[in-house]
Amino acid sequence: MHQLTLAEIARGLADKSFSSEELTRDLLARIQQFDPQLNSFISVTEDLALGQARAADARRASGETGALLGAPIAHKDLFCTQGIRTSCGSKMLDNFKAPYDATVVTRLAEAGMVTLGKTNMDEFAMGSANESSHYGPVKNPWNLEHVPGGSSGGSAAAVAARLLPAATGTDTGGSIRQPAALTNLTGLKPTYGRVSRWGMIAYASSLDQGGPMARTAEDCALLLQGMAGFDAKDSTCIDEPVADYSANLNASLEGLRIGLPKEYFGPGLDPRIADLVQASVKALEKLGAVVKEISLPNMQHGIPAYYVIAPAEASSNLSRFDGVRFGHRCDHPKDLTDLYKRSRGEGFGTEVQRRIMVGTYALSAGYYDAYYLQAQKIRRLIKNDFMTAFNDVDLILGPTTPNPAWKLGAKNSDPVAAYLEDVYTITANLAGLPGLSMPAGFVEGLPVGVQLLAPYFHEGRLLNVAHRYQQVTDWHTRTPNGF
Amino acid sequence: MALQRCDVEKIAHLARLGLDEGDLPRITDALNSILGLVDQMQAVDTHGIEPLAHPLEASQRLRADLVTEHNQREAYQAIAPATENGLYLVPKVIE
Repeated sequence: MHQLTLAEIARGLADKSFSSEELTRDLLARIQQFDPQLNSFISVTEDLALGQARAADARRASGETGALLGAPIAHKDLFCTQGIRTSCGSKMLDNFKAPYDATVVTRLAEAGMVTLGKTNMDEFAMGSANESSHYGPVKNPWNLEHVPGGSSGGSAAAVAARLLPAATGTDTGGSIRQPAALTNLTGLKPTYGRVSRWGMIAYASSLDQGGPMARTAEDCALLLQGMAGFDAKDSTCIDEPVADYSANLNASLEGLRIGLPKEYFGPGLDPRIADLVQASVKALEKLGAVVKEISLPNMQHGIPAYYVIAPAEASSNLSRFDGVRFGHRCDHPKDLTDLYKRSRGEGFGTEVQRRIMVGTYALSAGYYDAYYLQAQKIRRLIKNDFMTAFNDVDLILGPTTPNPAWKLGAKNSDPVAAYLEDVYTITANLAGLPGLSMPAGFVEGLPVGVQLLAPYFHEGRLLNVAHRYQQVTDWHTRTPNGF
Repeated sequence: MALQRCDVEKIAHLARLGLDEGDLPRITDALNSILGLVDQMQAVDTHGIEPLAHPLEASQRLRADLVTEHNQREAYQAIAPATENGLYLVPKVIE
């Protein structure tokens, strides 16, 4: 049963081939058997899952239908789950049981999804390798000596290893698309504001966006349908109608104009990845797409701008962790300043502390114009590049990452080396655009992803193109050895 | 201009982060490495460009001034490190 996609599970549950409870028990046993190798879960919610599965079976028995009714899911451990530890991968929140559910969690639960657990992640979503977690690194099921990517690395590893068919992730600079690429999954970062951020522990509020991670575009469509939509509780959520993402999956690609940004194929890209990306372009051309070269001249400025904006917002967001109202508190504080400093010094890991300090510095008196304001101006230049490109093309295509998954520990000594791995994904966050990564082949047994970017609110187009591609390729069906 | 150890101590104080003395050289190096990356921005000509704060340039929505939340003090204080009589406890602030 563990090989089934969400769409196949929906059919199996509808025709009573199996019950949600049977499926849930099967997957819980798989998590118990295989997760010790991967460390992809921080919490497994067995009792909650079995209760939700029985309730879903009862709803189905009473005549209710729904693609997600009784289907399993795991949530990245920064989506608040009421009464269940929501750690954000941090010692700071190791003891934090959220007093409410995130809107994404509520919506998927109301659709009947069964929560198997909370997945491991880089601490406060800061990282590209899932090595900064307080709960230890996650291993890539394609090669246990390699990282799964991050920050949604636990979600990626769990789904890639067939511990469950789908999981939620969040993407601030590539944290859905990059781990999806590195583990052979399909992952979608929606348009900024498409999915509610309410109850999603904030890293960089103007960049963060939740989205689905699964093995197929078809499954991402089902999941996004359940997640997307206006939420009055999130003041940045956009009140736009939600498309029917499954309805157009099979639409023709005849005449679809795809732009290949020349900056995405320059120095720094592993030539073997470049070849696989070109092969995916050929496959899409066969399906009727028309390809042209475009330019996104400010792409290279994305990383420096991101590493001002994201830390600046993080330094402000993470000021709420003060050892007073919830989270870690140091022992025997001698005064209030000591309480703050030691609680935060003990509760936050190295990478989180670095980013808080970079943000604090960038926002401090005398530096604001040179850093934060300059970064926001570059953000406009990057958005303008995309708007110009989308005058000529319907979709932008390139590699998701410059390299395949690296070895655990390989980029730990220099933070900047890991930052550079996000060069192709970060600009979509700065511009707020939707992006998707889909499997496109392997280099030395490690998966490679192709990234598609579309204009605002055209998630359906990304899913359509990825789905059609997955009808003529079988990369996404490959399973890692041993799982 | 590279950050010195004293700059890092000042930033850590502003951020209310208690750092181990022994970690300061390593943290100073890491911050200088990150700021070196960030400083590449200064070469970009942004003259006349308006800063972009929200990707869709949406402004904050307003709502009617009505009570929408109910009191959940007990639920919220149940997860606090220390409370007494409905108040959060902190070390003595005023001598």
